[in-house]
Amino acid sequence: MLDSMAPAPDMRATAAPRAPKIDARGVNVHYGETQALHDVSIAIPDRSVTAFIGPSGCGKSTFLRCFNRMNDTIPSCRVSGGITLEGEDIFDPRIDPVQLRARVGMVFQKPNPFSKSIFDNVAYGPRIHGLAQGRDELADIVETALRKAALWDEVKDRLTAPGTGLSGGQQQRLCIARAIATRPEVLLMDEPCSALDPIATAQIEELIAELSSRFSIVIVTHSMQQAARVSHRTAFFHLGHMVELGDTDAVFTNPRDPRTEAYITGRIG
Amino acid sequence: MTPQLTTLDRVQASLGRRRRKERLLRASGLLAILFAFAMLGALFLSLISTGHSAFVQTHATLEVYVDPDEIREDRLPRGGFDEVLVAALGRALDGVALDERSTRRRVGAILSNGAQFQLRDRVAADPSLIGQTITLTVPVSDPYDQLNKGAIDPDTPEANRRLDDDQIAMFTQLQAAGLISTPLNWGLLVNADSRFPELAGLKGALIGSAWALIVCFLISFPLGIGAAIYLEELAPRNRFSTLIEVNINNLAAVPSVVYGLLALSVFIGWFGLPRSAPLVGGMTLALMTMPTIIIATRAALKAVPASIREAALGLGASRQQVVFGHVLPLAMPGILTGTIIGLAQALGETAPLLLIGMNAFITSAPDGPLSSATALPTQIFIWADSPERGFASRTSAAILVLLGFLITMNAVAVFLRNKLERKW
Ligand SMILES: Nc1ncnc2c1ncn2[C@@H]1O[C@H](COP(=O)(O)OP(=O)(O)O)[C@@H](O)[C@H]1O
Ligand SMILES: [Mg+2]
Repeated sequence: MLDSMAPAPDMRATAAPRAPKIDARGVNVHYGETQALHDVSIAIPDRSVTAFIGPSGCGKSTFLRCFNRMNDTIPSCRVSGGITLEGEDIFDPRIDPVQLRARVGMVFQKPNPFSKSIFDNVAYGPRIHGLAQGRDELADIVETALRKAALWDEVKDRLTAPGTGLSGGQQQRLCIARAIATRPEVLLMDEPCSALDPIATAQIEELIAELSSRFSIVIVTHSMQQAARVSHRTAFFHLGHMVELGDTDAVFTNPRDPRTEAYITGRIG
Repeated sequence: MTPQLTTLDRVQASLGRRRRKERLLRASGLLAILFAFAMLGALFLSLISTGHSAFVQTHATLEVYVDPDEIREDRLPRGGFDEVLVAALGRALDGVALDERSTRRRVGAILSNGAQFQLRDRVAADPSLIGQTITLTVPVSDPYDQLNKGAIDPDTPEANRRLDDDQIAMFTQLQAAGLISTPLNWGLLVNADSRFPELAGLKGALIGSAWALIVCFLISFPLGIGAAIYLEELAPRNRFSTLIEVNINNLAAVPSVVYGLLALSVFIGWFGLPRSAPLVGGMTLALMTMPTIIIATRAALKAVPASIREAALGLGASRQQVVFGHVLPLAMPGILTGTIIGLAQALGETAPLLLIGMNAFITSAPDGPLSSATALPTQIFIWADSPERGFASRTSAAILVLLGFLITMNAVAVFLRNKLERKW
């Protein structure tokens, strides 16, 4: 299913370093009085996988949700600092979060399909954004998205069955299909495998590797093995600070910060 | 002795006490439920024992000669219909001379006052009946109805009875001739109210209640859902919205009579809407139902998991799309359940309707939300207040009808909840 003309993903990332897809500078996040993130800066390259790791409660999800402004929906949450997507400030008052979320898709920790049919689940984004010109084009978009999410063969005969009737792993792949059906530029995944069994996890990881040839992917995971398997770059968070950022291999084999080392060797977590 | 064994021993020692407490809890719970059921049973038993007789009505079947001397086609619908009926009774009764006016009146009083109007309507609809003999089945008046149902005992001393020996003898004669029947009393549902218990029915009250509930639903459902959506999904969390929230919860606890006073001064006093109208009744009930619907809707909206909202928001749906496309449909079973329970409460509500005059004596069913009407509970109130014996059983029967509606509505609510509620 890989576009045969496209070079392998990490070759590209290393061969031709380009302007970052997302560039975050000095991001601070407060929930009411308590500060959840302290002065985090990161550049997310295009067509690659960036993993956020760190102990639970360290602010990974909070940071991830800044990129599509999902934190706007939490009344007590205040975000400061600058984040650009393709050089555009996403906090610019002229940017509508609705439009931003069409460009930055998200997959959540717990599979959350709508209680609609499988087809309607995937077609939802294209429908609300008016991406398809007609029934046929919509069907095409849905099929393509389901194929990319490696779910097509399993569901092609029951597209009208409810999405909530699938197994956990299938539901999560359905959510991925739903997210990529709007053809986003960035895909955010918040612990997408934490509710899945090892086989479903392996399927999703394979999928992430494939999708990274088209999208820029940011994945939050509490599993260091997963970060090591799927990501090109890894950021380690601790108590609201980004402690370490680098190529995944370097972070895991040769961490610079003692806290990172403590975490990956299992002494904090 | 090892430490484990001590623990085990201690647990064992306390086990008996814990089991006893559990049995006590179980027994007292069972007792409470039995008590509640006994009360409910007593209520239904008393209602049925007094009300069951109102579900049948004593009728007399007569061969009526539509006498052209009394009833003339050119004077319809007027005519001596009562005289014709008295004559028919006279033929059925041996040894009763109808020469005296007082005797004629006594004989005529066997039949309901409405009998002559039934005859009149039949003849007016078909004037060719004049001069013929027709078979007519009409209700008997309340005392004879009571006599037939056993509520008047012929063994009590004559002075303490509503019917003297002669009257009882007349009725017995009719019974012996096989002219008396007690069919199901459809009049209870299809007649409007009347001064005469044997004619009084709930039609006006049923239609009045229906109009009031329709108005109540049309106002409280959209407004209640709108308010709940605003408060739950859109309103900023600040002092002002907290104030509104507290007040809505308080509104649900305001005694209903207060809403009646409010409606009296605002809807009737300021807006000049008519008294006794189901429209005003419905508006008043809507005031009371709205807090119930708001609270039920908010609870239902809250119960929709955040993950569904996040999924839609994450795909770029606007707030409005999230609410109307995802949250509201998932909350609908809960909202409908709350609405039906709110409407059931409104159906049984009496005090505010009394204040806006829906307890007027009205002998025709309303033909719209603006014409005067009663409602089921106010009709019960009126009948309970009437001295005639026949109204006592009718009151109980009307209460049973009202309870029937309430139980049906609550059953529908329970059914909807079980059938449509989603599990996440
Ligand atoms: N909606 C919220 N309201 C208040 N505090 C929150 C909220 N979400 C997260 N937090 C706090 O922010 C910190 C970071 O949380 P989160 O980003 O979810 O951590 P992680 O995803 O790394 O486990 C935690 O201390 C958490 O308690
Ligand atoms: Mg998290």
